[in-house]
Amino acid sequence: MFTLLRNFLITAGAGIVLFGLTYAVEPFRDYQLATVAAYLCATAGLTVLIGLNGQVSLGHGALMAVGAYTVALVQNAFADANHYAQWTIVVSLLLGIVAALVAGVVIGLAAARLRGPYLAGVTLAVAVVVPAFATVFSGTFKGDQGLSVAVPPPPEALGLDFPVERWQAWLALIAALLVMLLLANLAGSRYGRMFRAVRDNEVAARLAGIHVARTQVLAFVVSAACAGLAGGMFAILSQSVSPSAFSLTLSLYLLLAVVLGGLGSLAGAVWGAVALVLLPELLSSLTNAMDLSPAAAQRLEGNLPLAIFGLTLIVVMIGAPSGIQGAINRLTRRIRKPQESRLTKGGATT
Amino acid sequence: MQRFIFLTLDGLSHGAVYAAFALAIVLIHRSTRVVNFAQGAIAVASAYVGYSVAAGSGSYWLGFIAALLSGVIFGALIERVVMRPVEQGPPLNPVIVALGLVLVIQAILGMIYGNDFKPLPTPFSRTAWTIGGVAVLSPYDLFVFGAVLTLMVGLALLFSRTKAGLRMRASAFAPEVSRLLGVNVGRMLTLGWALAAAAGALAALLVIPTELGLNPNAMDLVFVSAFTAAVVGGIDSPAGAVIGGLGVGLVLSYVTGYSSSDVTPIAVLILLVAVLLLRPGGLFTSTRIRQV
Amino acid sequence: MTHAMNRVLKRSLALACSLALATAVAACGGGGSNGNNSGGGSQNVPGVTDTEVIVGSHQPLTGPAAPGYSKIAPATKAYFDYVNAHGGVNGRKITYKYLDDGYNPSNTQQVVRQLVLQDKVFAILNGLGTPTHSGVLEFLKSNRVPDLFVASGALAWNQPTKYPYTFGYQPNYTVESKVLATYVKQNFAGQKVCFLGQNDDFGRDGLSGVEKVLGATGLAAKDTYVPTNTNVAPQIGKFKAAACTVVMLDTVPGFTALVLGTAAKLAYKPQWVVSSVGADYRTLAARLGAAGTPLLEGLIGAGYLPAVDDDSNPWTQLFKKINSDAKGPEFDGNVMYGFSVGYLFVQALQKAGKNLTRQGIVDAIEAGGFKGPGIVPLQYSKDNHSGYGGVQIAKISGGKQLPIGAVFTTDDGDGAITEYKEAPAVPTADGIPAA
Repeated sequence: MFTLLRNFLITAGAGIVLFGLTYAVEPFRDYQLATVAAYLCATAGLTVLIGLNGQVSLGHGALMAVGAYTVALVQNAFADANHYAQWTIVVSLLLGIVAALVAGVVIGLAAARLRGPYLAGVTLAVAVVVPAFATVFSGTFKGDQGLSVAVPPPPEALGLDFPVERWQAWLALIAALLVMLLLANLAGSRYGRMFRAVRDNEVAARLAGIHVARTQVLAFVVSAACAGLAGGMFAILSQSVSPSAFSLTLSLYLLLAVVLGGLGSLAGAVWGAVALVLLPELLSSLTNAMDLSPAAAQRLEGNLPLAIFGLTLIVVMIGAPSGIQGAINRLTRRIRKPQESRLTKGGATT
Repeated sequence: MQRFIFLTLDGLSHGAVYAAFALAIVLIHRSTRVVNFAQGAIAVASAYVGYSVAAGSGSYWLGFIAALLSGVIFGALIERVVMRPVEQGPPLNPVIVALGLVLVIQAILGMIYGNDFKPLPTPFSRTAWTIGGVAVLSPYDLFVFGAVLTLMVGLALLFSRTKAGLRMRASAFAPEVSRLLGVNVGRMLTLGWALAAAAGALAALLVIPTELGLNPNAMDLVFVSAFTAAVVGGIDSPAGAVIGGLGVGLVLSYVTGYSSSDVTPIAVLILLVAVLLLRPGGLFTSTRIRQV
Repeated sequence: MTHAMNRVLKRSLALACSLALATAVAACGGGGSNGNNSGGGSQNVPGVTDTEVIVGSHQPLTGPAAPGYSKIAPATKAYFDYVNAHGGVNGRKITYKYLDDGYNPSNTQQVVRQLVLQDKVFAILNGLGTPTHSGVLEFLKSNRVPDLFVASGALAWNQPTKYPYTFGYQPNYTVESKVLATYVKQNFAGQKVCFLGQNDDFGRDGLSGVEKVLGATGLAAKDTYVPTNTNVAPQIGKFKAAACTVVMLDTVPGFTALVLGTAAKLAYKPQWVVSSVGADYRTLAARLGAAGTPLLEGLIGAGYLPAVDDDSNPWTQLFKKINSDAKGPEFDGNVMYGFSVGYLFVQALQKAGKNLTRQGIVDAIEAGGFKGPGIVPLQYSKDNHSGYGGVQIAKISGGKQLPIGAVFTTDDGDGAITEYKEAPAVPTADGIPAA
């Protein structure tokens, strides 16, 4: 009970600060904040799955696509029936989560017996297949072109001058905070302990009475629902869905974000989401700041940021394998307990 | 019937390439327990070297040899410098490093050569011979089969008949014991990566002329198909890699031919899930643990 | 208890760090917005000052669509640099900021928002790609940003009531394939025709144009391809089995080359009739290499801009000169396209006048009457935002791609195909449109 209350207070506090922030920044930054929050829904679920439960998924982009397309279809159906109220967004998102949940159950059941590279292989195939669904059933999903999503404008009660981006940031932040609260409670609960037990030693967990397959499926389904919410949020933010927005590259970037931020840690998921949005922009402005001849610029533009991004990943993985949050933890431990580290020589690390 | 023969032969010739690539993936996984996501990018880099040498010297075969050699060098370098520090830690970290490598390699290739598609030459004609009006194989297809067969036989002989092969197998299977017996395990790992990269370079040289052309992203989809093939065959089994590769090639060809090209990724997924549901370790896996 | 306290501390620290980061970002953003405030000038129009006008674009500079298309925006920029060197338009220099979206619609969302909200561009010019651009139509509309000369032949850009700020540029796919199909009907009467199209609006709109002219049963076989599956042998095998002697292609350049190569492999040599999207000789020859270029002989394509190989055409001479002076890349259809778009935009700027506003440039384009390098007329009006309304057939022979026959215009409905007989315009002496 103490844990629940504590998590709720932290979430509420963060919420208040972040909502204040949306007023302090200009619309473009609000949009970026919204994007970070949407990514956070997915990375938080993924870090629980990989970090706490030990199942590697290369296909979470596909689960985001399931949520996104569901939201797109439902929103467009509402618009066709002339419903433009705000509650349509909630309904669409809930349906998106349900759809991703169902997909998660299916994949989770198929994957429950698989480990390591085999699980990676299946989830990789899923990541590649989902765009194909859009082209096969192109009547509904309009193939490579995708659908545009009809989204109601911000409520008039907020004033006519209210920037759309701030409203989008609010929606995304609410979703992200809810996800973080849920996952924090889950990680600290009995289920969280079951996830970790299966990750660390499957045989021992089974001997302790944990139903391994059920635990695996539950972890997968939870992370799938989070990914579905993230995808649905993206559909609302960008007002469009298309297969190339949810390609294999997205699934791999989610994985990168989660490991870069620090596997298994919700704070790490935050770092990962922030990196996904800020790093490309930072690198692009770096390249734009350099004065290049047009021929060189054409070659470097687009490629140089990617090269630096890749290099950053390699360096961070070699230098700080537990990601950003791991590095922060090491720093804070050293600050907080200098004496203890001398006492526990060769010390246990958590 | 004619269509069936045509699709079968077409599928087998693509499948041979997937088999070669899958072999490379299996080779690395057996020796280092790492799934090498950078396999495709390294192969493309080697193909670019081959392209430059062939264009500069005018000889396809010089370019061919240059590509294989550069594959060896790239593979060895990458294992020694980039992968060695992360091989021991958490199993996901080498995957992330490999993905970072893919970005770096593809971006550098784009910066040097540009992102256009460059045509890779073929040493033999790609016009098919016809038997009774049905287009069967072309000289190029025979070259592909021959090259992949040579690769497989070569690797099989290397591993079973030579001392180096024995040492490599020992290093993968029981590193501590091998070290005690005087085997330089690190060097064997590097050798494994070098060979795998050469196999990948060969696969790239064989498949890229049949596709859109040489560009930094040319091997991305081949990697996905080959990885599927390796998983289907059992990611530790070379024979499985070959069978899986041929199988994936056939499935892709039949599905595109009899249905439509949209459905092929779904067919591959169904194949993968079906095989893994029946045998969770792939077709040719040997059971390691028996759970009662 | 200590363990729980540790977790509280860790989480508070993480929270504090996130807030610190967020505040830093906010500070950057706040500072940035002041620095980027280029809305000076008397009217406070975004992207316009007395000395400068800034336009933006999203282009595939990297990724699978980059080959060829990545040359378009630098060519447009080269033309703007040329105009700037001669004093600009109404005293304003044109700054062209094009960002890479890798042909990925979600990236397009980010870069277009960056251009509009952060860089505060005056207009979006020549945004490339149907799937990429259709995602930003609503955003540009709600922000009232002129969305000019979209680089795609889809029908979606011609919706003046729904998207009053959006204008197309190139002839749409239905118009083009109607003209191509008419050529086939007249010159290859009685032969079996097959059609291969991309599995999206490009292929679908193209197919609808073909079937309007040849009839719903006029095609002996039709099929589609997806850009992610490079094995087109099954489709070509199907066409060969149907004994088609004419094959129409709505394919991007990479796949045109692939189809030709695959057909050669199958010893299948039909007459190829290809959409302007994938028929540029130089682009195809680069893909096919020296060995494959002979396959291009006799290929029928369509065009609406001066032929790259026609050195007697004054526009070709002009643009080639500016391109080589700017040390640009090899001149091909994409470079020609980029220059032509730049020329049209300069004309629109001039017409909008010294007092430049967003509504002003929209009105200027709707007034129509632009005469430029195009060999077919531009159709801009209050009710028509589509762009070029026809094509001319071109044929590759002797290694050159040159126009043959007359110029035809039509619409994307059931309208007739009519010949366009007006003489093409000639450029001014310095290559800058007369004001």
